[in-house]
Amino acid sequence: MVVEQIMKRNVYTIDITTTIQQAIDLMDNNRIRHLPVTNEKNELIGIVSDRDIRDARPSIFDTDKHEEYFLNPVSKIMISDVITAHPLDFVEDVSSIFYEHHIGCLPIEEDNKLVGIITETDLLHTLVQLMGAHQPSSQIEVQVENVAGMLAEIATIIKKRNINITSVLVYPTNGLEHKVLVFRLQTMDPRGVISDIEKDGYKIVWPHLPGMTP
Amino acid sequence: MKNAAFIFSQEQQTYKFSNDHPFNQKRLDLTFDLLNKCNGIREEDILTPRMATDEELYLIHDKDYVDAIKRAGKGELKSSIANTFGIGTDDTPIFENMHEAAALLVGGTLTAVDLVMKEKYLHACNLSGGLHHGFKGRASGFCIYNDSSIAIEYIRKKYQARVLYVDTDAHHGDGVQWAFYDQDDVCTLSIHETGRFLFPGTGNINERGSGKGYGFSVNLPMDAFTEDDSWLDAYKTSLREVAEFFKPDVIITQNGADSHYYDPLTHLCSTIDIYREIPMLAHEIAHEFCNGKWIAVGGGGYDIWRVVPRAWAMLWMEMSDNRVATGPLPKEWVEKWQKHAPVDLPKTWEDIPPIYPEIPRKKEIAEKNALTVEKALSHIRNEMYKRKNHSQTST
Repeated sequence: MVVEQIMKRNVYTIDITTTIQQAIDLMDNNRIRHLPVTNEKNELIGIVSDRDIRDARPSIFDTDKHEEYFLNPVSKIMISDVITAHPLDFVEDVSSIFYEHHIGCLPIEEDNKLVGIITETDLLHTLVQLMGAHQPSSQIEVQVENVAGMLAEIATIIKKRNINITSVLVYPTNGLEHKVLVFRLQTMDPRGVISDIEKDGYKIVWPHLPGMTP
Repeated sequence: MKNAAFIFSQEQQTYKFSNDHPFNQKRLDLTFDLLNKCNGIREEDILTPRMATDEELYLIHDKDYVDAIKRAGKGELKSSIANTFGIGTDDTPIFENMHEAAALLVGGTLTAVDLVMKEKYLHACNLSGGLHHGFKGRASGFCIYNDSSIAIEYIRKKYQARVLYVDTDAHHGDGVQWAFYDQDDVCTLSIHETGRFLFPGTGNINERGSGKGYGFSVNLPMDAFTEDDSWLDAYKTSLREVAEFFKPDVIITQNGADSHYYDPLTHLCSTIDIYREIPMLAHEIAHEFCNGKWIAVGGGGYDIWRVVPRAWAMLWMEMSDNRVATGPLPKEWVEKWQKHAPVDLPKTWEDIPPIYPEIPRKKEIAEKNALTVEKALSHIRNEMYKRKNHSQTST
């Protein structure tokens, strides 16, 4: 999956003359936490986050004082060394940028122009979709040997039952000998497919809780 | 006004996917026979369901979908198209006249609604209903038309009443929840096994509704292996607090009977006791908040021999103020059905413990469930606290 499939194209932007107060209002009204700062050519020149604004605010013990702070232009507080990504970057790579740089959003640039934005929330939503938890389905977990072809074996068993797979994940285990395959299946009654999988000699990890062997 | 109506006809069993499908309406017959044999029901309590009209189905469902179900029931729907409507799958296979069968279950619930809302009866019960997974344009989890969603919309439109929907099926009541997710005159409360593994996967605490409906969807996902005490604690606490918060005009309860240890599809560890207690509190709440207005529907329940007949008979007997469900079951009932049953039928209304081995992490599971209740009700508790303070300052 690439960034342009999940990025928001309708970006709220400000310019360097915008005041801090205007930036606060824009964030509050649209429930967003980041505002890219652009010039007249729609080129990105900085970014302001809710945290930058918090730093610029007087302490909550000083309310009513220093109201003039809010009239300063955002150019005084914006970060101009912005980390950005390209619409064709892979979502997987972009995820690790968030993780490495401890950032909450990533403006997307194409040909030096701002074309979109993605946030932590967008990434999390994508993850939820990848895990298939947004469609009616049952989850089963199968422990398999860590050798080639296991996923195909299990998928074939599921296919014979004519059950649609909503998502598949491959989890590592503590040792190197095994992997756990996690399927979300579009069925309310997975008993048949579970018994088929067990009949072929695989171990179903669910239902199981630590300390319990139901 | 009469006390309680039992909506029943043999035609309700035409909702039948196949002989070995887990959703088996033979349980209606088993329940009805049990009630007859223990003198739990009188001829005059029994009312025949009507069919739902197309317009009533359109209250919730798309016309395209209803048309597709009609065509499928006549064998005129291509399988590639059927799949886009969620039918023709292992869960919801196509069967002859499936439209008529499904519309009759909806009609049964609407019959119950009219009896109660026109104040002919205080309570009414349609055990063939409770098909809570049905969506606007898609069948899901054994459900074609969503009788409860249709009934709620019907009540809103025709009677302008506030509905509290209480779903104690082991599976999350997703169809009903999403149908009213952004409404503030319908409140849905669902207590179910966590969707981490179990179908349909939704019903998390943080699904609280959206827009003006925020706060009007309440979900209590219980851990697998949850037992009676912990489950009942969650049910009693949440139902009472939600009723006080929402102040309903009428209650619809969905009485899926699949949280029992014996149920083959789920992993909760309740006994038959919770099915005595569930309708008891619902009954009490209906009188306390809704002048008695209470409509009960069925739902899931896949141990049709040992669990569902006793559970649903107790529901009806609670509703009709005839609490004689204790001690031995009628001998004639056990004898009649034992020869058809693949398992040993119970001999008493109660389960004789222990029916399952000791659960090693009982304490932790109960602890986790108690936290779930707290989190799930936190927004309601905040709101009630505000209301209380407000009324104190204004008086």
